[in-house]
Parts: sequence; C-alpha cells; structure tokens
Amino acid sequence: MSIGHALLGLLEGGPRHGYDLKRAYDERFGHDRPLHYGQVYSTLSRLLKNGFVSEAGVEAGDGPERKRYAITDAGVTDVERWLGTPEKPEPYLQNTLYAKVVLALLSGRSATEVLDTQRSAHLGTMRDLTRRKTDGDLADQLICDFALFHLEADLRWLELTAARLDKLAEEVAR
Amino acid sequence: MTLLTAEGLYKSFGKTNALDGAGISIREGEVVAIMGPSGSGKSTLLHCLAGILPPDSGTVTYRDRELTTMNDGARSELRRTEFGFVFQFGQLVPELTCLENVALPLRLSGMKRRDAERASKEWMARLEVDTVADQRPGETSGGQGQRVAVARALVTSPKVVFADEPTGALDSLNGERVMHLLTTAARETGAAVVLVTHEPRVAAYSDREVVVRDGRSRDVEFVR
Ligand SMILES: Nc1ncnc2c1ncn2[C@@H]1O[C@H](COP(=O)(O)OP(=O)(O)O)[C@@H](O)[C@H]1O
Ligand SMILES: [Mg+2]
Repeated sequence: MSIGHALLGLLEGGPRHGYDLKRAYDERFGHDRPLHYGQVYSTLSRLLKNGFVSEAGVEAGDGPERKRYAITDAGVTDVERWLGTPEKPEPYLQNTLYAKVVLALLSGRSATEVLDTQRSAHLGTMRDLTRRKTDGDLADQLICDFALFHLEADLRWLELTAARLDKLAEEVAR
Repeated sequence: MTLLTAEGLYKSFGKTNALDGAGISIREGEVVAIMGPSGSGKSTLLHCLAGILPPDSGTVTYRDRELTTMNDGARSELRRTEFGFVFQFGQLVPELTCLENVALPLRLSGMKRRDAERASKEWMARLEVDTVADQRPGETSGGQGQRVAVARALVTSPKVVFADEPTGALDSLNGERVMHLLTTAARETGAAVVLVTHEPRVAAYSDREVVVRDGRSRDVEFVR
C-alpha cells in the first residue's frame, strides 16, 4: 500500500492535521495495521518536499502536530495517476509451498502432511476472517472477502497438488 | 460431549470402494465440515452417519444407540425426531407451498396444522423467507429455496443437521447468506451441523474440518 498516495487521497476532502490524517487512515484502511505517527510525519514531509502538499496554517504552539496540510494541484495529478495505474498482478512464482512439497518428496518425508498442515492453517485464518466478516459492516466484509478469495485460491492449489502427488513424486525421483 | 460416532466404515458400490475405513466423531452443537475432492466419499459418509445408507461394515453410534443394528422403523423414527436434512436441491415438495413444506415434518409427527404452521412461520422469519410462505418452491429463487429447506430442517429442533453441499447450486453471495443463517440458527439452538462441502469459503463457517480422501477420513483434531 502506498501510504503517500492514500494520505493524498484523504487530503482531497480538505486540509487536515497530521493526527487527523492518521485517524482517518486507520479507520478506513489500517484496521490490521495502524500507522505510526512517525510514518505519517515523515510521509508528509516527503510530500511537502515534492510539492504534493503545502502547509495550510499553523496553530499556536509548536511541533509538527500543529500544522495543517492541504493537497496541491501537483498532488491531485499524482493521485489521479496512481488511481489510473493498475497494481502489478502478483507473479506468485516464488512459491515456498511448492518448494516444501518437492523437498519433502526428495527426502522421503510426507508431502501429504505438508499439504494438510498448510490447509489446516489456511482454513483457520479463513474461519477468523469469516467470523470478523459476519460481525462486521460492509467495509469489513469487502476487506475480509478480498483475503478470503486469495486464501481460497491457495487452498485450491493445495487440493490439486495433493491429487497429483503420486505423479509429482515420480517426476521428482527421476 | 460426543453425540455421533462412526468407526471403521466400509461401503462399496460394485467395484468402487466409496468408504474404506472411514471414521468421524461429532460433538454436541459443533459445526463440522467434511471436505475432500469430488468422488472421495463425502456424501456416502454423510448418508451412513445419518442412517440413510447402511455401511457394509463398521458402526455408527448416536448417543448410546447403535444405528447399524437398529431396525428400519427405529432408524427412521430417530431420523425424524433427532436429525434434520438439507441437500443441494430438489428436497422441497413442489406441489406444496413453502410454508406447508416447512410444516411437513411437524405434521408427520402428528402436530396440529395451526400449531405446525405457527412454528414454521417463526422459523421462516428467522431464515428471512417469511415473504415466500404462500409461494410454491418453483416460484422462489435458488437462495430462498435453500433457506426454506434450512427452516424445514430446523423446525423440529433436531440435535444434528446434515447438510450435503447446501450451497452447491448457489452463487457465492447467496451461498454465504445460507451458511450464515444456517450456522447462526444452529448455534442458537445448540444443534450440531455436519456439512459436506468442497468449497473452502463455505467450510470456513465451521468449527473444524474433517478431510476425506479415497474413502478414508482424516480428522484433523483427532490426528493432533
Ligand atoms: N449409489 C451409488 N452407486 C454407485 N456408485 C456410487 C453410488 N454412490 C456413490 N458412488 C461412488 O462412490 C464414490 C464416492 O461417492 P460420493 O460419496 O458421492 O463422493 P463425494 O460426495 O465425495 O463426491 C464415487 O466413486 C461414486 O461414484
Ligand atoms: Mg457428494
């Protein structure tokens, strides 16, 4: 997640203090990983240096938390560019699980065990997400569904691999 | 407390060994997913557990009663009073209204029509299908039909609900709605659910899973 772009996007609604921004970010996107204040201020100072935000008034007192930030035209252009650029689809080729299965087969250990252990861990996480989803609002549902669909894809791969283990064992043994 | 136990189940159809030494144990009130690839023996295991299909060998015990040695009459009585069933589709009587379908198991147990329909309406409201009470199953959507079927399975307050791919014919949103309502209602009434599914997102509504491969079951919690 590009925190800079997310903060810029939030600033499009109007100028805000750093702590306001952090709260808004955490509420919408940071449920599992809230921002540190340090992160917010270092990101803001980078955005300031690049001309994507400007200072919009300082309250009495000192310290960074007194400053309000506003998005600039250059910042709006940058958000637009970010939204218009697709995220790079994950290549998913550095597959640790595949390596574990092959190494289990090569060493005469149980590859089924590797697959079963992983399936069980995946389903455990899926259960937690399902619970959070059923107790939550629409935002929770969408965030959890994203994770659930990805975990489900892994599980499909685990099942498919379990069904092909005999064949894979033959090929690995060659 | 353990409610239902199967041990050493074997079942073949001609040359196919559908069950090859399967076992499983279901505790009161828990939701257990039976998972595994297609053709692995999940439905056969469920049918044996529910006393619908006699195994060639092995035992199925409900509380302290052995289903495998009971006579047919006693077994269907047990099914009617203690178990509820939800299948993939085709379980509702097409000529009856949805309300009459839900009330049917109560009527078969001798309950008066008015009482049966009152109880059925409550269950239909809980499953959010009270709006289709007067329609026939053919006039409802797939998701509504399955929720009517769940209401019918729960109306007798069973101790175990057997559900074989209950969301298999539904899109994912409707499937999840059925699963949410089914598991919530079962948890509230303390019914155990034995859920056959090959879909991980459906299985995620369970408390634990048992995997069937080639007619043998692997009970994850019992292996550990
Ligand atoms: N009534 C039947 N007659 C013949 N073969 C059957 C019958 N029921 C199941 N089988 C076979 O037994 C095996 C297990 O079937 P089933 O329990 O339906 O698997 P699953 O539900 O996991 O897909 C399959 O090979 C299937 O073709
Ligand atoms: Mg089946």
